[in-house]
Amino acid sequence: MPIWLFVFLAALAVISGLGVILQRNPVHCVLALALVLIDMGVLFMGLGAVTVGFLQIIVYVGAIMVLFLFVIWLLNIQSEESAREGHLGLKFIGAVGAAALIAEFFAIFLNTPAAVRTHPLPADYGSIESLAHLLFSSYLIAFEATSILLLAAIVGAIALARRVQRTAGKIVNRTSSSISSTEKAA
Amino acid sequence: MTPVSYYMGLSAVLFAIGVAGVMLRRNIIVMFLSIELMLNAVNLAFIALGRRVGTMDGQVIVFFTMTVAAAEAAVGLALIIASFRNRETVNADELTTLRW
Amino acid sequence: MTQNFPALGLILLFPALGVIFNLFWGNRAGRSAVNFVGPAVVFISFGLAVWAFFTLLQMPPGSALTFILWRWIQAGPFHVELGLRIDALSAVMILVVTGVGSFILLFSVGYMGHDEDYARYFTYMNLFVFSMLILVLADNLLEMFVGWEGVGLCSYLLIAFWYYNPQFAYNGRKAFIVNRIGDAGFVLGILTIVSALAAHNVWTLNFVQMQHHAGLLEPVAVLAGLLLFLGATGKSAQIPLYVWLPDAMVGPTPVSALIHAATMVTAGVYMVARLHFLYIFGPEAMEVVAAIGAVTAFFAATIAIVQADIKRVLAYSTISQIGYMMLGVGSGAFAAGIFHLMTHAFFKSLLFLCSGSIIHVLEGEQDMNKMGGLRHQMPITFATMLIAALAISAIPPFAGYFSKDLVLEGAYASGHVWLWIIGVITAGLTSFYMFRLIFMTFYGESRVDHEKVHHVHESPPVMTIPLIVLAVACILGGWVGLPDWLLWGDAFKRFLAPVFAFGMVTPGHVVLGGAAALPQATSITIGLIALGLGVLGIVIAWILYIQNPALPARIGESLHGIYSVLWHKYYIDELYNLFVTRPLFWLSAIVLSRTIDTGIIDGIVNGTGLVVEESGEGVRRGETGNVQHYAFVYLIGVLGVAAYYVYLVMR
Repeated sequence: MPIWLFVFLAALAVISGLGVILQRNPVHCVLALALVLIDMGVLFMGLGAVTVGFLQIIVYVGAIMVLFLFVIWLLNIQSEESAREGHLGLKFIGAVGAAALIAEFFAIFLNTPAAVRTHPLPADYGSIESLAHLLFSSYLIAFEATSILLLAAIVGAIALARRVQRTAGKIVNRTSSSISSTEKAA
Repeated sequence: MTPVSYYMGLSAVLFAIGVAGVMLRRNIIVMFLSIELMLNAVNLAFIALGRRVGTMDGQVIVFFTMTVAAAEAAVGLALIIASFRNRETVNADELTTLRW
Repeated sequence: MTQNFPALGLILLFPALGVIFNLFWGNRAGRSAVNFVGPAVVFISFGLAVWAFFTLLQMPPGSALTFILWRWIQAGPFHVELGLRIDALSAVMILVVTGVGSFILLFSVGYMGHDEDYARYFTYMNLFVFSMLILVLADNLLEMFVGWEGVGLCSYLLIAFWYYNPQFAYNGRKAFIVNRIGDAGFVLGILTIVSALAAHNVWTLNFVQMQHHAGLLEPVAVLAGLLLFLGATGKSAQIPLYVWLPDAMVGPTPVSALIHAATMVTAGVYMVARLHFLYIFGPEAMEVVAAIGAVTAFFAATIAIVQADIKRVLAYSTISQIGYMMLGVGSGAFAAGIFHLMTHAFFKSLLFLCSGSIIHVLEGEQDMNKMGGLRHQMPITFATMLIAALAISAIPPFAGYFSKDLVLEGAYASGHVWLWIIGVITAGLTSFYMFRLIFMTFYGESRVDHEKVHHVHESPPVMTIPLIVLAVACILGGWVGLPDWLLWGDAFKRFLAPVFAFGMVTPGHVVLGGAAALPQATSITIGLIALGLGVLGIVIAWILYIQNPALPARIGESLHGIYSVLWHKYYIDELYNLFVTRPLFWLSAIVLSRTIDTGIIDGIVNGTGLVVEESGEGVRRGETGNVQHYAFVYLIGVLGVAAYYVYLVMR
């Protein structure tokens, strides 16, 4: 990808990233992160990983970020009143630590020998067929395990988030949405 | 063509920003978002290196990472909801009952 | 020549049987049974000893009867057998121990007649005789030490016999502990000897074999001799370890007679005599022995002249007389020292038994100021005690004269004129304090308590017969050792000569007093001087206590300072307490117990726990419950690992 495009996308990502951690209103943070993720998706596509790029935007931004937004609205989380309250020492050290981390990473990257191309790029690099081909051959077990993981996550999320009410002898499952209460009223 | 190291550099910077977010923010939701940011930075590194080496393994790994991140986000948010019901707060400083 | 004599084992066996019987069945068997068994076993041993003695007499001079029980220690080349050996010296000793001992035990039957603990008493007494016989019959130094310790133990048990009185128990402990100090010296002496012999690959403590290799002991002779003598000062109550003996008088009087007059306290003298070959190689050690003996004799006599307790006078008298024995053996007159040991056993035990008779009749009264005029009511006791007093005052023809005379001759002949002078002066003091005792107790107005006066009567025959027997011994006992120019001369020394022959034939180490004979004129002069002082002592005592009873009080007042020092026994007990006992207690209680044990050692142990506790407490504070803090720590770790990779990459 042309370098000017990369620089633009990189700058956009960094600024949005800073926006994620610095915004006071959590909704703004979520939106900033969504922008970063879209940016990432474009970068993926630019690197030839078209499928993954699309998946990133559909799944990550479309599902996970929306989920975050729902949770924020559900819990009615307000903006933080003041951005800087105490713990200045920890904040300072945290910033310093992050900077040190960047420095170390750069030191490592700049001094390691560059990765070498072991395979020539196939024509269908990044296509869904080649992705699926690998998924169902070399990474089959991980694929299946991931499906179980998702099942566990679903069950876990429901079990954690339900509201348990004990009526005489019977446990009734109630979701925490307000729909059921209006239904009850009606 | 941009060299791979540029992508690595961007990945490192985003990762560090995520770390700083975990350290600096009080709000648990925002800490969670920072963690997602870190995950994505690593995904970028994987894709870039996979492209450089020439295989699809990088993308497969990113595929799995995304899946796991989704599952983790669901469960994590469920946890936050559950704890919010008891404590009415998402401030990390006030969620310290497991202290000495 | 040596002959195997199994009956030696029997001599030891019977007192042991007595111990077992009295210990396990004494209370059940009843007073009569114990009263029979206790003395009987010692009488049997006496009979066997007499038999052994006569057997020995019929053998050529220098013979010995031996019997080996079993091999006790076998450690490489070093071996020790439990062996019994009677030569002339130990024959004399066992005759004294069993002979005097059996009569003292007979006396005890009457003396302890009202006491409930009769079984325990006779158990201890039999145990004592058993231990003393082991000491005397031992054929090696280690076995002698076993007996040495055994008699120390029995002494403690018997001094603290009425242990429910805390003062008596304390005195018993004092005796044992002071003895123990001496025993430490004894053990060090044994070790010195062993190491000296071992350097030449000789591994034995047998007396005969040690004498055979005596030359090897020369380098350590003085040291070993002094160390062993330290043990002797403890056991035989010489300076500096005599302080237990006067306090030991709180035990039953027959105990004082047997242990603290006739037998145990003489063990030190016997030891020196037995190891004469060692001492001969260390003339300095012998001089120390003689000097301490003489000084102790004088020192104790000066204390005795002001004591009011009848048994204390006798206790200090014992210390003084043993000083004479030490003077004898220290001057090389070994036979003379043993001779005095024998006569002393006769008259001192008689003196103690007579005082026991008086104390028994007066129901426990021991203060002479509360006696007086008893000679009409207790004629046998009076007569026998008078005989004993004459004996100890060295009045011929009684026993003490000849033995003391020979000791003083030996002292003079060895060249230690000063020691001889001290000995002669002490003889005068001896007769003085002894007759002071006689006069205060038996003569003059009766100062006895009014309630007790009517009970005063002579003791029963079971108590007076031993008195009479011992009195006869006091009269006849001295005649076996006369000066060389008189009648049959020193038969005693001739009998013992083969035992001590070593000292006389070793070239360059001839010991005067053992070999050299004094010219007749000198001998007569010495004898007369001693006799004169003895008589003078009696006369002065007569003046002060019969003629002019008020005089002692006036003298006491005018010489108040000296009198006070003497009465307080030169404050030695207080000095020991101040310089030895208290510092040791301080060391134990403050330094060792409080500082080191509680402070340091407990501190370390507790401190370890405290450190763990405190550090845990500190580490606990790291669990803040705040996720961000945890993440921060995690970040630090990541930074560290990354830094390591940076380092790797940079190389």
